[in-house]
Amino acid sequence: MRLYWKFFSIHLKSEMAYPASFFLSCAGRLLLTINALAGIGLMIWRFGAIGDYTAGEVLLGFGVVMTAFNIAECFARGFDVFSKIVREGTFDRLVVRPRGLVFQVICQDMRMASLPNIVLGSLVILYGARASGIAWTVPKALVLLSMVACGSLLFFGVFLVYAALCFFTMEGLEFINIFTDGIRTFSQFPFDIYGKGVLFFTTAVMPMAMVQYWPLQYLMGKGRAIYGMFPVLSLWFLIPCWLAWRLGIRHYASAGS
Amino acid sequence: MRQYTSFFRIHFLAGLQYRAAAFAGFFTQLFWGLMEVLLFRAFYRYAPERLPMDMQALSSYIWIQQGTLSIWNLFGWERELFQAVQTGSVAYELTRPTDLYAMWSARGLAGRLSKTMTRIIPVLVVSSLLPAPYGLRLTISFPVFLAFLFSMALTLWLCVAMCMLCYSLTFYMTDYRGIFTFVPAVAELLSGDLLPLPFFPPVLRKIAELSPFGSLQNVPLRIFGGDIGGVGILRAVGLQVFWCLCVTALGYALMNRGLRRAVIAGG
Amino acid sequence: MIEMKGICKTYRVRKREEGLGNAAKALFSREYTEVEALKDMSFTIPDGQIVGYIGPNGAGKSTTIKILSGILRPDRGECSVNGMVPWRERKKYVSRLGVVFGQRSQLWWDVPVMDSFCLLRDIYRVPEERFQANLERLREQLDLGDFLTAPARTLSLGQRMRCEIAAALLHGPDILFLDEPSIGLDAVSKLKVREFIREENQDRKTTVILTTHDMQDIDALCSRVLLIGKGRLLLDGSIGEIRAMAGENLSTEESVADLYRRFGI
Repeated sequence: MRLYWKFFSIHLKSEMAYPASFFLSCAGRLLLTINALAGIGLMIWRFGAIGDYTAGEVLLGFGVVMTAFNIAECFARGFDVFSKIVREGTFDRLVVRPRGLVFQVICQDMRMASLPNIVLGSLVILYGARASGIAWTVPKALVLLSMVACGSLLFFGVFLVYAALCFFTMEGLEFINIFTDGIRTFSQFPFDIYGKGVLFFTTAVMPMAMVQYWPLQYLMGKGRAIYGMFPVLSLWFLIPCWLAWRLGIRHYASAGS
Repeated sequence: MRQYTSFFRIHFLAGLQYRAAAFAGFFTQLFWGLMEVLLFRAFYRYAPERLPMDMQALSSYIWIQQGTLSIWNLFGWERELFQAVQTGSVAYELTRPTDLYAMWSARGLAGRLSKTMTRIIPVLVVSSLLPAPYGLRLTISFPVFLAFLFSMALTLWLCVAMCMLCYSLTFYMTDYRGIFTFVPAVAELLSGDLLPLPFFPPVLRKIAELSPFGSLQNVPLRIFGGDIGGVGILRAVGLQVFWCLCVTALGYALMNRGLRRAVIAGG
Repeated sequence: MIEMKGICKTYRVRKREEGLGNAAKALFSREYTEVEALKDMSFTIPDGQIVGYIGPNGAGKSTTIKILSGILRPDRGECSVNGMVPWRERKKYVSRLGVVFGQRSQLWWDVPVMDSFCLLRDIYRVPEERFQANLERLREQLDLGDFLTAPARTLSLGQRMRCEIAAALLHGPDILFLDEPSIGLDAVSKLKVREFIREENQDRKTTVILTTHDMQDIDALCSRVLLIGKGRLLLDGSIGEIRAMAGENLSTEESVADLYRRFGI
């Protein structure tokens, strides 16, 4: 949508108006990814290998989630900082404009400083793809793309839930961090490393494993072909998220802020 | 002096009000601790001889790390204060007979302590109920425990001093968002938040331990787990004191200079 | 035409008390009080009228404006603006509405004001020709000339407020809500803003609801005043009538203060 790109460029212009700060922000975001990579590297250095996985496979899984998260962060950040939007009355401003609300919230805040991180995440994926020794075919490449795309949408779903909760209360919402930063941090390693409980949770409740672990098994040749469809199947998650958002808006219209 | 204790009291009480935030914080910390323990458990099962600390010490480290998170977490600084400096509204502070550094430090201390008060007990209780070697266990002697408490107090001081230093730096920049993103990222690596420092290769470990970040939670947590003992404690705590004094002095000097500059610029 | 009939709105507010004992108690239980923000609010505003909406803080002014903007839904009552119910046909309704919140800016802070204007043009889907025409008119009447290329953060409050008002009118709305537009403005800017609102109302028959504490704004602009207190509409009449009620030879400001006292609000 043309309007979207106009917002995008105005956000970019706005952040680049402070070059030193923008540079530091980018560096900071990059550092977080580098830190995570360092964490993986240090563990490999210490232990030689990680469970049954080679370094390349781990990096592939990590790269996918990292990139997906940064895409969501860059493009849908409005939802991530939604509490600020409601608190400062900016949301009222959006309601008074003749455009869809979700669209406007997305346009409201975009984190340009995450762009380099998307690039870095992609590089990690590429490196992992080669180092893992997987025999790449067109279907497998498509599955990889769907892992990243669907992963972004899953994170977007969590942001929607967070925003919906902001309509009800401003307090105690830090726990949502578990589902965004938490999942992102611990996706450094394939989810089965943490044990069956975690694998179950990330498959059935917040289906990040359907975007990382299961399709990874298929790509490595250790799993069934159906696992390659899991990223797309995981999108069921967006339905309850969307419903929560609609519920939140109804509540706001009757209770104010 | 009394006004600073009043500030402290106000902010401390305000922090206690947030019931939902306390539950959420406790929940988050429990989750984080659990995931980390599960992660290390995988490696422990796979190659126990390669762990640089024994599993029980590592678990205790992780749990006490989560319990005291609000004390040393650099991310807990306040965006409002950055904005106050950036917009210049901080200049109003000069009209009051208070020292800005002391006031904001009192505020930082109060905030961190009240957050900790509401979360630490549930975390400690739940984590001690977990089976060994994955749960919290107190394995150190009483004098060492006192050293741990003293060291944690120094960590709190150093952490607040670092926040103050960052607020001070904002006087010299047009936009605070850079520092806001960059510093915690560096801190995460060098303070042992990402991975306990004993896991690092020797050279990197030395650098981290000597840096001011290495004098944050790294010291008390490892004392608690029994990883640092005896003379090592004196050395580590001594380094903490050194950094506390340096960072405080630097932050104080920069802040006052920055305030004076703000007045001269006017508007 | 704006019509409100029997609008009621109640909020639930949490109770907060001081002291350590109560703070600890608050960790385990919560108490709420009910606040009646609007009680049986009814009025009709014909097209092209400038109405002043006054009352002490907390009287329910912003609640009314939020309901008229489609942000809030009332608990009871009916409301229709130009044949539409604000909160039902949101997108269609708000494209004909302009709002200026005195203390919150809708302009982008770090980029030239012109960029903000162009973005608004795209949000409201204003055809280029009409946009240029409106822009020229606004530029001239509000004296925006030189500073459209400057970022909003570099402008003085007076300049910024004039840009805010222009921004709200770029899409040519029929109805304008102004919430404290002259707060903090210097005398020259205030006069310019009032002059502009008067012309806008005369030329284009824009209906204006002006919420303000500045009685000179009311004197200069409003043919009709609605006084609200504790959620109820207490007075509805012209300035002359208001002043007649209060007493002789009092300024508008003093009259209004006297009325606040009399109504106990």
